[in-house]
Amino acid sequence: MTGLPAPLPPYNPEAAPFWAGLAEGRVVLPVCDACGHHIWYPRSWCPVCQHESVTWTPVSGRGTVYARTIVHRAMGPWRDAAPYVVAYVELDEGPRLLTNVVTDDPESVRIGDPVEAVFVPVDPAPDGDAPPITTLLRFRPT
Amino acid sequence: MSIRGKAVIVGAYEHPRREIPDRTLAQIHREVAVGALADAGLTLADVDAYFCDSTTPGFGPISMAEHLGLRVRYVDSTETGGSSYLAHVGHAAAAIAAGKCRVALITLAGRPRTGGLPPGATQRALDTPEAGFEQVGIFGAVTNYALAASRHMHELETTSEQLAWIKVAASEHAQHNPNALLRDVVTVDDVLASPMIADPLHRLDCCVVTDGGGALVVVHPDVARDLGRAGAVVLGHGEAVKHTDAGRIDLTSSAGAQSGAAAFAEAGVTPADIQYASIYDSFTITVLMALEDLGFCERGRGGAFVEDGGLRSPDGRLPFNTDGGGLCSNHPGNRGGMTKVIEAVRQLRGEAHPAVQVPGCELALAHGTGGALSTRHGSATLVLGAWAA
Repeated sequence: MTGLPAPLPPYNPEAAPFWAGLAEGRVVLPVCDACGHHIWYPRSWCPVCQHESVTWTPVSGRGTVYARTIVHRAMGPWRDAAPYVVAYVELDEGPRLLTNVVTDDPESVRIGDPVEAVFVPVDPAPDGDAPPITTLLRFRPT
Repeated sequence: MSIRGKAVIVGAYEHPRREIPDRTLAQIHREVAVGALADAGLTLADVDAYFCDSTTPGFGPISMAEHLGLRVRYVDSTETGGSSYLAHVGHAAAAIAAGKCRVALITLAGRPRTGGLPPGATQRALDTPEAGFEQVGIFGAVTNYALAASRHMHELETTSEQLAWIKVAASEHAQHNPNALLRDVVTVDDVLASPMIADPLHRLDCCVVTDGGGALVVVHPDVARDLGRAGAVVLGHGEAVKHTDAGRIDLTSSAGAQSGAAAFAEAGVTPADIQYASIYDSFTITVLMALEDLGFCERGRGGAFVEDGGLRSPDGRLPFNTDGGGLCSNHPGNRGGMTKVIEAVRQLRGEAHPAVQVPGCELALAHGTGGALSTRHGSATLVLGAWAA
């Protein structure tokens, strides 16, 4: 249903709980043990208050569109996927994530629309090796 | 310590070409360096400080010092994208004020149109910390900047017609610039009828892609007095970085709110005092948000400020980008900050095209927004005053 390329991201062991959560169909974010902020993009400490520890915590995976563009001109493997939606989604827990809203009707996606997480398999590697990341986080209208 | 009045831009040179398939980047750096120094009445032998961005070949200032034959005692390769050169002017002024150097050379060269990087591409390493979390099909800056435009329209009711007025004013100015890439005057309807690239930004909301370059020479006031060439005295400088802030980004303002406030405070002037403004115009939305952030109008009033010729020179509310800006004239190396300073110097010297020269221009502003507005960017602002020969 996505139609979008799902390239393997560069693996960052610091964010291993995030990637592991996606593989299980959950959105797991670091939450600062001191100030309570949900931190995006994932890090193992808190850049808001500089506290050194976080707790990896499942979140709802629900949110609303904060900003969105419909990409009409793209390059490389994304060229044939256009038009598609690039958006900031504001999770119910607060953080704003740069992401895609996957839909067959990009023009219908509006700021303020409710969305939910969708878990997208990473495109298979040409060499068949097992990738360190199997699943990407995107969103779809609800 | 303030840098107010401690340094003077006495040399400014913009490469006249917009397609340069027959030169290396190093050659273009040298051409613009020699051009700016000749404008000031200086030579490469006079330079004791050198400033460049991260796209400069080789080891940046080391390689360029070698290539140009410089003997430098101060170098700076601050990288804040297209706003780098405004930051460099501020840093040069601070270094001059601190006695670290006397004659600072700043150069830029790029060839995205006929060679090198494609439009909007970046040489940034793939190991940037956010890389794994932003593979969302963003190509070039337009997709990124479109996100901010969408939010500004939603939250503050800015319209595509209002954004188009920014391009219209730039095109009206560019018709007088023989070196401008696009010299045809366009209308609001032309902008709205141009193909949508990344909704809500159309093709004519986007800057040009050009080869080219430019250079500036910043010197101690004693050197400037000896040269006897008119220029622009640095009155204020500010810079700031804005980023995703661990997920708390607000897309309706830029780092210009901080860089502008710092520059105005140092200069001891207000936006109402500014007679001419060079505003970085990678896209129309970049200009509109900068005008609000710099305090030329209230937040949410940028659309009303720019419509109906608000940015026209010399009679608009705020004459801007009288060379045609990045939207019509030149965006060398996908980096527009250099030409922003150069046109401000022309205005303060009274050397802009007569059709767009602001009469008696004594106080100007130059502002840059570099990087990617809707994720992470750096703003830099200069307040400049006329320096009589």
